[in-house]
Amino acid sequence: MPDVIDTLAGIAPGSPLDAVRAQRPQARLHAQASYDSLFTPRSEADASKLERFAIACFVAGLHGRPEMEAFYGSGLATAGAPAALQAAIGAAVTAARVEGPYGHYPKGPLSSEDKAGPVHRIAAPTRDALGAKLAAAFEHTHMLVFHPRDSAPTYLQALLDAGWSTTGIVVISQLVAFLSYQIRVVAGLRVLNARPA
Amino acid sequence: MTDKVLSPAAHVEPVVFTRDQLDWLPWLEPMAEQDLTARHMAGLVDAARAKSPYFRLLARDPEVLEARTRTDKDIFYNPEAGLPRAERELAAAATSRYNGCIYCASVHARFAATYSKRVEDVDHLLAKGVDVDLDARWNAIVAASVALTSTPIAFGPQHIDGLRKVGLDDASIVDVINAASFFNWANRLMLSLGEPAATAG
Repeated sequence: MPDVIDTLAGIAPGSPLDAVRAQRPQARLHAQASYDSLFTPRSEADASKLERFAIACFVAGLHGRPEMEAFYGSGLATAGAPAALQAAIGAAVTAARVEGPYGHYPKGPLSSEDKAGPVHRIAAPTRDALGAKLAAAFEHTHMLVFHPRDSAPTYLQALLDAGWSTTGIVVISQLVAFLSYQIRVVAGLRVLNARPA
Repeated sequence: MTDKVLSPAAHVEPVVFTRDQLDWLPWLEPMAEQDLTARHMAGLVDAARAKSPYFRLLARDPEVLEARTRTDKDIFYNPEAGLPRAERELAAAATSRYNGCIYCASVHARFAATYSKRVEDVDHLLAKGVDVDLDARWNAIVAASVALTSTPIAFGPQHIDGLRKVGLDDASIVDVINAASFFNWANRLMLSLGEPAATAG
């Protein structure tokens, strides 16, 4: 399988950046292994492939990265998403985009650095189309993407209440966190690739 | 299901960025040590991590944990070419400072200070934040890390030029991209699955 980061960053075999990436062979191999294990999981018991690709499309959309939206959108379609779900994710992205990172610190000297921003709630029609479980995952995802320092046990309770297991929460947390990495590596390498020394 | 959110025992919450050693208390139940199979131990990579509640929580998905850990180690520990270890750690610390992960910042500020021996500069970054003036080279690494960490991503050709101007080659620039990007992964796990605590004594 072609390396996802190389493909999305436009790094051709034999190119200078291919050689640079080859100097971190384990990072390259295991970034791909992370992708593979998240999107071709051994078990879908705690988070289905459809749910994983839906969350990935939402994360890609929140970052406003067309190359990532196209890639995960294709994965979502392959996972069997009905058109109504694809449309709902698009609507959810449009309603949810802000700028991060923002959020609060523990009360004290850092409070002067608190930066206000929205706690996102999925609107009713979109929530109906996503279903309560995925809508809860999207609300958590919005926090992880834009204001992770606002994390609190109440966010995890909301996921449990919506039907996610503890293991499922670990999976979707890894998913959003991994995508936060992958999207940035691709973005950074694309800029570098377009600016040869 | 008995899945539930945990209430950490009474502890002192750190309220500033620090190089002090901190603990981390999970908000979800880690796997019990006696339940770790060979598959989970492979996910932990280092057997000693079976003592860590953080890694035992992530061991609920051992394949992703293993891949995450091996990615992490190569980005930061591989001595071949690229950026000196101290400056990979600087990128990690700056990213953590900007996202607001007090735990991650503590670990990687310690490493940055140890490897660079620039304790005061690292402490200024922790105290004043990512707009602090360190020196031209460190400023460029911090600025690139911050631009990559912003959402939407603000990293552009001006950051590549800025890094080249202070002497970074492409391998070193890729190390900055990898290190800052990786901490956007790590910060989100550490922040959202538990909380830091001051160590006793």
